[in-house]
Amino acid sequence: MTQPPLLEVRDFGLEFRTRSGTVRALEGVNLTLRKGEMLGLVGESGSGKSVLAYALLGISDRAAKVTAGRALYGGMDLLQADDSLLSDLRGREISMIFQSPRTALNPIRPVGLQIEDVLRRHAAARGPDLGTSLKQRAVQALREVAISDPERRVKAYPFEMSGGMCQRVMIALALACRPGLLIADEPTTGLDVTTQAAVMDLIAGLARERQMATIFITHDLALAADHCDRIVVMHAGHAVEAAPKAALFAAPRHPYTARLMTSTPNAISTVDSLMPVPGNLPDLRRSDLPGCRFAERCERAQDRCRIERPLLDADADHAVACWFPLTAAAQEAAHV
Amino acid sequence: MSEPLLQVERLSKRFPVAGRLGAQLYAVDDVSFTLAAGESLGLVGESGCGKSTLVRLLARLLDVSDGRIVFDGEDLSAIPAARFARAPQRPAIQMVFQDPTDSLNPRFTARETIAEPLALLGSLRGAEAGARVDEVAEQVGLPAALLSRYPHQLSGGQKARVGIARALALKPRLLILDEPTAALDVSVQAVVLQLLDRLRRELGLTLLFVSHDLNVVRLLTDRVAVMYLGRMAEIGPSEAVFRAPAHPYTQALVSAIPGQGPRVKLTGEVSSPIDPPTTACRFHGRCPQGQDLCGRQAPPERVLAGRRVACHFAA
Repeated sequence: MTQPPLLEVRDFGLEFRTRSGTVRALEGVNLTLRKGEMLGLVGESGSGKSVLAYALLGISDRAAKVTAGRALYGGMDLLQADDSLLSDLRGREISMIFQSPRTALNPIRPVGLQIEDVLRRHAAARGPDLGTSLKQRAVQALREVAISDPERRVKAYPFEMSGGMCQRVMIALALACRPGLLIADEPTTGLDVTTQAAVMDLIAGLARERQMATIFITHDLALAADHCDRIVVMHAGHAVEAAPKAALFAAPRHPYTARLMTSTPNAISTVDSLMPVPGNLPDLRRSDLPGCRFAERCERAQDRCRIERPLLDADADHAVACWFPLTAAAQEAAHV
Repeated sequence: MSEPLLQVERLSKRFPVAGRLGAQLYAVDDVSFTLAAGESLGLVGESGCGKSTLVRLLARLLDVSDGRIVFDGEDLSAIPAARFARAPQRPAIQMVFQDPTDSLNPRFTARETIAEPLALLGSLRGAEAGARVDEVAEQVGLPAALLSRYPHQLSGGQKARVGIARALALKPRLLILDEPTAALDVSVQAVVLQLLDRLRRELGLTLLFVSHDLNVVRLLTDRVAVMYLGRMAEIGPSEAVFRAPAHPYTQALVSAIPGQGPRVKLTGEVSSPIDPPTTACRFHGRCPQGQDLCGRQAPPERVLAGRRVACHFAA
């Protein structure tokens, strides 16, 4: 533990007040991210991955209310920061790559101008190198994400580009001001596998080169395993397990993590070896949610799981939020 | 071996290009394969490679430009798409669509959705049709209590079951699945994959399974066909193709699956499908093994270790 963490999320709770009830979307989430580290946030849809990312950037839906916790970034609490401070940070210190590049980019503005917009917004903060014109810097930004012929491409509209190319533009946009933290929300969903591989290589390569910390949100465990240092598994608004990649795959300790692994087809699985996660995500509007939100889907659940919430030890190397975590013998039995 | 259920011979589909007189987009170009009764064939390739056009040709939603589609001994390609809806072969070919939410009518209950093809194409009426809906719902594991629900009252997995039940209602001989699990979470996907595998064995279905998830394709298919830019790059037994891909494109595709070892990296962009040169390999320019010959001569399909590979240099 040499350097202090770049981002420290502690006991984070968030809910949405809706007409049909209060959705308790996040509860007691702990995360730690160091400089240059790539953290995978993995879970099924509805687990709260994107809600967490949006809250860190201060771009949550208006119905969202932070109920507890803090998110310290370089000593400053992002959850308490006012709007003008957050808008200075967004795009400069903390950037985000959104899920579908075609809808996230402005369809009626050439991509070069969209990059210039970001540069101009944060120009004052960037200081000395204003000598180089914004246009040149937009060209340079496209070149850094390996877009061929960037001088011509700055004039292109998103519809003139392929999906993979649009995602590269999104990356160029997000990284134009050299942020310290990048949040990539399912950056390759909807892309072909070969394009997915190239886009992930690009993000990981730039992150390494610039010592940038990255939160990589995905539902694909194998993809997270390929690129991340640490992985946090989320289920129904709880972080249920956090561990270095190798330890997590060698010995998952939360029953949900183990089931997620056995339900995903890999290069050696057969139809019969797939073991789906039983049941569905609980409705987060319920007032009688069990303490462990996985309890109703879990074969190992006992009375304690339903009453008392297991906590994730924020400081442990391999942390698990479970009263009866899998041991080596149990992992064997579950064919993990 | 007996006559295959489906025989696709040198099938091509070309589209005119708006604003460019005489220019043609080669969506499917000279594709041939067969599918035996009870067999399961996977169709993989990147977006824009012609998978969907091929599926739409087979479902006879589009007219072919060249080539033949022989289904159960009859030439379907001779029937115009507009007339195929009333052709006697129509009920025998059914399709399961990609997104179970988008492909269900939001104002139909599950029962109405499953019963609709029976009313339009089947011979069953009234109580008999109702009994068939109950039977097929049971086959796909959809509880009878859910049949009166609308799509928004069903979970993703349940909607997927409705989509499959609808396709099975007419007892099709060929079931085409277009990315049936792409919109589902992994835990639900596993359930649907197991369901499809069970149905295939119990009902002796012939499957054409389109997907970009190669691990999923490998699980459910006997053979796999890899397409690139309208052409067939490689076709062969799934296990063998995934274990030791022969075509450089298949090699890149297989190595790009997350959780694998080192990757075959592709450079450049897919070339244009509009009036492609007839004297070059479609993969030329992106291929890590490409040589001069590939730019001068389109590779013929060669038989290699039980598969067909369109590459000069594959060994």
